[in-house]
Amino acid sequence: MKTQDIRPIQDGYGNALLKLGETNPNVLVLDADLSTSTRTNWFAEKFPERFIDVGIAEQNMVDIAAGLSLEGKIPFVTTYGVFVCGRAFDQLRNTVCYSQLNVKVVGSHGGISVGADGGSHQAIEDIALMRILPHMTVVVPCDHFQAHKATMKLAELKGPAYLRLAREATAALTDEDSDFEIGKAQIVTEGDDCAIFFAGTIGAEVMKAVKLLHDKNIFPTIINMHTIKPIDKECIIKYAKKFGKLMTVEEHLQAGGLGSAIAEVLAEEYPAKMKMLAIYDRFGESGQPDVLLDAFGLSARKICEQVEGFLKK
Amino acid sequence: MEKIIQIDQLKKKAEEIRYDIIKMIAGAGSGHPGGSLSAADIGAVLFFNEMNYDANNPEWKDRDKFILSKGHAAPLLYALLAHAGFFERSELKTLRKYKSRLQGHPASLMLPGVEVSTGSLGQGLSIASGIALAGKMDKKKYRVFTLLGDGELDEGQVWEAAMFAAHKKLENLCAIVDRNRLQIDGDTEKVMALEPLKAKWDAFGWHTILIDGHNIPDILHAFEEFHTIKTKPTVIIAKTVKGKGVSFMENQAGWHGKATDREQTEQALKEIKARINA
Repeated sequence: MKTQDIRPIQDGYGNALLKLGETNPNVLVLDADLSTSTRTNWFAEKFPERFIDVGIAEQNMVDIAAGLSLEGKIPFVTTYGVFVCGRAFDQLRNTVCYSQLNVKVVGSHGGISVGADGGSHQAIEDIALMRILPHMTVVVPCDHFQAHKATMKLAELKGPAYLRLAREATAALTDEDSDFEIGKAQIVTEGDDCAIFFAGTIGAEVMKAVKLLHDKNIFPTIINMHTIKPIDKECIIKYAKKFGKLMTVEEHLQAGGLGSAIAEVLAEEYPAKMKMLAIYDRFGESGQPDVLLDAFGLSARKICEQVEGFLKK
Repeated sequence: MEKIIQIDQLKKKAEEIRYDIIKMIAGAGSGHPGGSLSAADIGAVLFFNEMNYDANNPEWKDRDKFILSKGHAAPLLYALLAHAGFFERSELKTLRKYKSRLQGHPASLMLPGVEVSTGSLGQGLSIASGIALAGKMDKKKYRVFTLLGDGELDEGQVWEAAMFAAHKKLENLCAIVDRNRLQIDGDTEKVMALEPLKAKWDAFGWHTILIDGHNIPDILHAFEEFHTIKTKPTVIIAKTVKGKGVSFMENQAGWHGKATDREQTEQALKEIKARINA
């Protein structure tokens, strides 16, 4: 594990787009006036004729992408997750998903670790909104290596997909050679005491928590649930059977997120107790990312405490 | 597609389309006759004179594209597609029924000839702009047509798309506004005033053509003018009558989304038939 590699996850996306620009002439990139924040400016500089800045018009952007996809293009629609999933939800539902179009939606700035910009800019409901849409695939990579691979795979996948990114630079949990398959959960580390599922860059905090837990002689199994839809049921059931209960960690509302998706599987297949570390029915706020994660109970320290408490129950 | 050139033949085709619209909606027991009838003449000219496509090969890459932005006029689109040969006319009677390919609003996954699903208003111009842009990128010759309702212009996204299409100089794009002046809650100018509508499109950088949307030569000329415009997108604002061709429906907002009963159906079909046989 290369814990020293700390980079923003968007870099992986930006680099993958550069690669796709060379290898797949059908790939186009659209942005809504945020290309420097989302890293689509890298693609824009190299492939200006295949980059479309629509201005600050997310609804229009999604439907333009729909039109482009009808002609065989593979548009990557990119902006902050909170805007594309919220403002353009109807376009994603009634045009993109209902017509099952090959549009890739990339929402950057997921979670409260977005920090200072505050609640208006922190996407905490995007996973819920995207995973309820029929035909939509939802991928939440944990670091820039995985974002790179996910982007490449989504370009090959036929049909609509949502890729969730974050803002802060976080420690990489995978490397260039790690496997990545859409819909197949990734076991980060195996332990005998409990199972913790996470999705996204919060994985870096989870792995810090693992170190703290090791000091207390607790050895969890950590599962990177990078694909929320289609969800890896087999993996969920396997660990529910093994431990009898599961824990989830995510930078998203508890309603409709990763924990919720796992609970849906367990409720039908193998009822088991769960503890969901998530955001409970509230908006985010401004602050330093690390301060916010701690305040919302998602810092390594808080995760560690919660695991201890959950194991005692 | 064999084109119809004679004006009286196009007129007749429009009436045949109207006939099927009324029959189809009556059979379904629900649907949107008013805005389907108002655009029947425009639809007939588009599908039987202006557009290039192959009903036997709906996926033909170089075909002209038609996006029904006002998706509630699905009966109009279905009648046009059936008459154009995409499927049998007999299938029209399945409109809005369980398992039918003719959904209440057009669903592209179900029916060949429907380019994209519509129904939620305000999206067609953006989609059409995307198709037009792809055509320009790939140096394709196809054109893109989209039919919008006038009430639909209340949606802000239409104006985002209007800005975009002019900015990208999409001269291969032609929008048609079915200006029947009625939306569900009444007169467009009372609900949400659109005038001066031509000035709005002009200001957004479009080539704007005002026509009588029930005058076949007018419609033909408008498309001819569109062919000559090389630097900007074209919008045809077609003045129409909601419910056109059925006396008791004309200019009545109440017929936006309501089926005729048995007696009304007979009366409507009789009126239309008289014009077909004239």
